[in-house]
Parts: sequence; structure tokens; C-alpha cells
Amino acid sequence: MIDYDIIVIGGGPAGMTAAIYARRAGKTVLVLEALSCGGQILNTPDIENYPVEAHISGFDFSQKVQEQAKGLGAEFRFEKAVELRDEGDEKVVVTNKGEYRAKAVILATGSANRKLGVEDEDKLVGRGVSYCATCDGNFYRKKTVAVVGGGNTALEDALYLADLCQKVYLIHRRDSFRGDDTNAERLKARENVEIVYNANVTKLIAEKKLKAIEVTDKNTGDVRTIELNGLFVAVGRVPENNNFANLIDLDGSGYAASGEDCHTRTPGVFVAGDNRAKALRQLVTATADGAMAATEAVKYVNER
Amino acid sequence: MSVIEVTKSNFEAEVLKSDVPVLADFNAGWCGPCRAMKPMLDELAEGNTAYKIVSIDIDEEDELADEYDVSSIPCLVVFKGGEEVNRSVGLIAKDAIAELVEG
Repeated sequence: MIDYDIIVIGGGPAGMTAAIYARRAGKTVLVLEALSCGGQILNTPDIENYPVEAHISGFDFSQKVQEQAKGLGAEFRFEKAVELRDEGDEKVVVTNKGEYRAKAVILATGSANRKLGVEDEDKLVGRGVSYCATCDGNFYRKKTVAVVGGGNTALEDALYLADLCQKVYLIHRRDSFRGDDTNAERLKARENVEIVYNANVTKLIAEKKLKAIEVTDKNTGDVRTIELNGLFVAVGRVPENNNFANLIDLDGSGYAASGEDCHTRTPGVFVAGDNRAKALRQLVTATADGAMAATEAVKYVNER
Repeated sequence: MSVIEVTKSNFEAEVLKSDVPVLADFNAGWCGPCRAMKPMLDELAEGNTAYKIVSIDIDEEDELADEYDVSSIPCLVVFKGGEEVNRSVGLIAKDAIAELVEG
């Protein structure tokens, strides 16, 4: 027994846009969201690069898109999808609360913060360890912090924190940056920023709160202790595809290997948004994926 | 009950001297995940007498945030008999919030 024409797993910008397109094509739609609609964009205080509005918060954006999808008749349930089964014409989605059947499924699960993988990291989240400089930077006004990472996010975080904090260390495991050159040059010009190259964070030192880190030089093995108040981890993101790897191909980094058509190797299972292999992960490319995946899913359902 | 706004002046009465466990939500208006969690907290508070839920704006109440070492929001802290017994940082699902205080 089919419950919905299309089930969308993930209520971020990609998933909610897919729901809008699928509803406008007259299909019944369920969106399954593990936490709260919006996903990663909720962390963005001010979106300035999405067409139509010069400024909108990630929260307001998410609310508006959710209202739009609901207004068109999409259903939302707050459950975490843990398994997907292919029974040919029926796809079965298993969540932490139940089971739903659909003709087609769109995986728009997004990604999660990549952790450093250092002992006590989880225990110190909110006690000195953070994954979001724009969310938590204010707690470290006039204090000493470190940013770990070498990509654009790490560089932007370090620049943002350099305006607030007394001292910012940027800890990078390579000897140069692959991120945006202008940001790297800007950072080098800041007097309160110290870049530590070829180094990994190997230990967190805490007494209730984080108070220092140990960094190890990759080449010499030398260990240096840096006293600080906060550590911002910006070492990339992990796509949330693991629960569905039985039905889709993943690339070497865990992203769903799929072209612009958002197809996967399983007919009737599509992928959209940040968990798909692609060159640019932005709000606008996520919503574009949602439109494409929904259009393909609708076509698939109509051809059954 | 609905969610109660708490400041430094009523923190002791509402939280530390509460007869029932208290779930304190440290948040800010500019914090998206905090705003996303608000409706879940409102739903949990509605008609609930087993515990109470309070909201603390960290921009207004920086002394309270400092006192309880809040350095990442949203931050949920559970108090029983005036003592912190549990804590969670970041956006979590409604069931997980309930579990935090119900144990």
C-alpha cells in the first residue's frame, strides 16, 4: 500500500523545494525531517546572495519555504529516516517511529560537521569547542581562540573572529591554503592572527572548560601547547548518505555520485542538495537540485 | 504552563528554588537553531506540570550565561534541586529534549 507518491528525506532548502515542485505537479508528498526544517542554513544569520531579498536570516528563509510547501499541501513529519528499501515499484522508508511507502524517494539529507576526532571533543562542545564561528564568536570577545582548518570556511571564520578576539591562531595541516587567496592574504595582514602551518591538533586540555590545546608539527613531530579559551573546528563536512548506501553509489568522500539530473543507480531514488557530488554547495544550488530531483521523480512516477 | 522568561532577578526563585526540575534554554534572537527549537519547547511546556521550561536571553543576561559557562547556543541545562544535572548543546529533536529532562 502506497502512502505517498513521493517521500523527501530531509527538510532543508533542497528537500523543501523538491516538495514544492512535486506538489505543484499534483503528487502527494511527505517530507521527513530529523530535527527542524532548514538544516544547515539555520546557522546563517544573514543570507545576502540568494536572489530576491538582499538580507534574510536562514531561520526566516526556512520558515517561509516551509510555509510555502505546506500551503501547497506537502506533509511534514519530524522523524529520522534510518533505512531505505527498494521493493521495485515501492520504496520503503524506515524511520525512528515507523515505516512509509512511496513510489519515489528524494534523498536531501545534507551534511553534518566533520569532527576533529580528538579525545574529549564531544564532551567539550559548548565548553570551548564550537563548529560555528558566527554563532558562538561573541562568547569569545577579547579572548584567545584557534580555528582549525584550511578551507574557505576556516579562513572566513578566522577573519570574523579576528575582529572580535584578542588573538586568533589558525591551525592548518598543510603549508599553504587551498581556499580563497584574498582571504588568506587578508589574514596574513592581521596583527592578531598567527598561522600555524603543517600542524594537527592532537590534544585538548581542559578543566571543566577548554583551556589549552596541543598541536603537533607534521614534519618535525614537535609538540606545542597553545593556551586559549575557544577552539573553532572548520575541517569540512560529512554528507549524510550512510543510511542509504545500499541503494546509491558514493564517491570517495561519501557524496552521492550523481549527475545534474539527480538520478542514482536505483530507479525511483533521487538525490538533491549538499549530499550530492557537485562543484558548488550554496543555497541556490541546493534549491536548484530540489527542482531537478522533483521533476525527475514526477516523471518517474508518471511513467509507472 | 508555558515557557517562562527568566532574568537574573528571578533566576533564583524560578530555577534554583523550583519544586520541580527545570529545563533552562539559553538562547538569543539572532541564533537560528535557537529559534528553530522554540516551538518544540513551547509544545513541551504546554500543560506540563512535571517540569518547567525557562528561557534565558544570553544577550540580556550575560552574567547568567557566564556563571553557567554557556559558550555555545542553543544550550539546554537541566536543574534539579538547584543543581545542574544535565546539559545539551546544539539543535536537537523534540524527543531528545524531553529525554534530557525526563531521563
